[in-house]
Amino acid sequence: MTNDTRSRIRSIIAEQAMLEPDQVTDASTPGELGIDSLGLVETIFAIEEEFDITVPFNANEPEKSDFDITNMGTIIAAVDRLISEKAA
Amino acid sequence: MSPKKAKDGKVGTFEPTTREGLRRVVITGAGTINALGHDVASTLAAFREGRSGISQLDFRDVDRLSIQIGAQVHDWKPEDYFNRQQILLYDKFTQFTLLAAKQAVAQAGLNFAGKLGLNSGVVLGTAAGGMNTWDENYRTVYEEGKNRVHPFVVPKLMNNAAASHVSMEYGLRGPAFTVATACASSNHAMGLAFQMVRSGAARVMLTGGSEAMLCFGGVKAWEGLRVMSKDACRPFSANRNGMVQGEGAGVFVFEDYENARARGAEILAEVVGFAMSSDAQDIVMPSAQGAERAIRGAMQDAGLNPEDIGYINAHGTGTAANDKTECAAVAHAFGHHADRLMISSTKSMHGHLIGGTGAVEMLACIMALRDGVIAPTIGYEEPDPECALDVVPNVAREARVDAVLSNAFAFGGLNAVIALRRV
Repeated sequence: MTNDTRSRIRSIIAEQAMLEPDQVTDASTPGELGIDSLGLVETIFAIEEEFDITVPFNANEPEKSDFDITNMGTIIAAVDRLISEKAA
Repeated sequence: MSPKKAKDGKVGTFEPTTREGLRRVVITGAGTINALGHDVASTLAAFREGRSGISQLDFRDVDRLSIQIGAQVHDWKPEDYFNRQQILLYDKFTQFTLLAAKQAVAQAGLNFAGKLGLNSGVVLGTAAGGMNTWDENYRTVYEEGKNRVHPFVVPKLMNNAAASHVSMEYGLRGPAFTVATACASSNHAMGLAFQMVRSGAARVMLTGGSEAMLCFGGVKAWEGLRVMSKDACRPFSANRNGMVQGEGAGVFVFEDYENARARGAEILAEVVGFAMSSDAQDIVMPSAQGAERAIRGAMQDAGLNPEDIGYINAHGTGTAANDKTECAAVAHAFGHHADRLMISSTKSMHGHLIGGTGAVEMLACIMALRDGVIAPTIGYEEPDPECALDVVPNVAREARVDAVLSNAFAFGGLNAVIALRRV
């Protein structure tokens, strides 16, 4: 995982949560950051645009989506995986 | 409001007006085209059989969509119904509307020549109007780089095109307009038509709604919200994973009871109540309180008690959020009676027609009242404790019901519920 990926995702999430990037840690959950379901969908769109990837995410069953949104750390790991899959 | 309704919920004999002097409103004609069929009979047959109209979408660039299923009107050949000039002038949502209106007017047996036309009108719902026309012409100018479009683009795409063509077709010279409240458009339209006939502002109203959003741009836009299912519409089922779009139209003749009776028309059902409410809360997430206020309001307007309601045609989109919120609203509004009434979502069969959906769903309400057959919620696989009502899973049911509700809860927090009674 590159620090670059982490900082870019952190910026996206911080912007969505209207916080400073350093207020977002790997343990931060969308709920704690005040990101609601619509905000989450918007965040995922921003991540797709930033990294030119397609994130498999259905808002009706987030737990079944192959993209773990539990917290910042799991989102970073999932994005990292999608980036490497795309490169492969 | 309904002095002739006996306490046991039985329908009394008809009086032309209520105690308050309001006119009574009856449905004397119905028409539709949707993924289940090109008319009412085939649609009701599908409801009885619990048959789905959802399949692989078929239109240009569908391969670029991540959602590729929908309830598309099958075997649609506009040239079967319209001449070349009409096809150039009518977007698909107008074509669907005119076809449904023709069936409804034929069934009602009405002739709007003379004074009746002056006192009659049309109010229809649609969310996107001529979406196919927008889509095709944007493609022409943006993708293909052309600098010229057909001269009829504006009169084709405008949301009121369908209502205007219906008014012209039948000489309806009274109130005519279009309502756009997303997924509640048709219910709002029919509710307003009901109020206009009840108040005496019109003697006959053609009403209902239409949608034709199944084109590349229409589905692409919905994909963005990530609320669509890739495989099936399973309302109220624990494993539901989103909505499935549909297309088509439903049009009804709402008529002053005296007018209908005087000419010996067959009455399909009586429209007895309507209420609308706004959540004033969130642009996409529904509110149980807002829904409940509309449900209670419709019953109050109709002079019905909760125990009078035997069936509810649910909004039932098959999304996680809608279905649990709607069930909570119904449970709260009906109390102990919530466990006795039936509630089903026919979107599992005809898909979500967005602005046209309430109109097609009205057919399930009429079938329940007239034929004593409750349309099922198909695709139901796993009980959800958050949707613990009798959702008439998978198989239609014979049951006599005297009064029903039709729910519609739109994005934007706009709720519209209609109450109907058996005649």
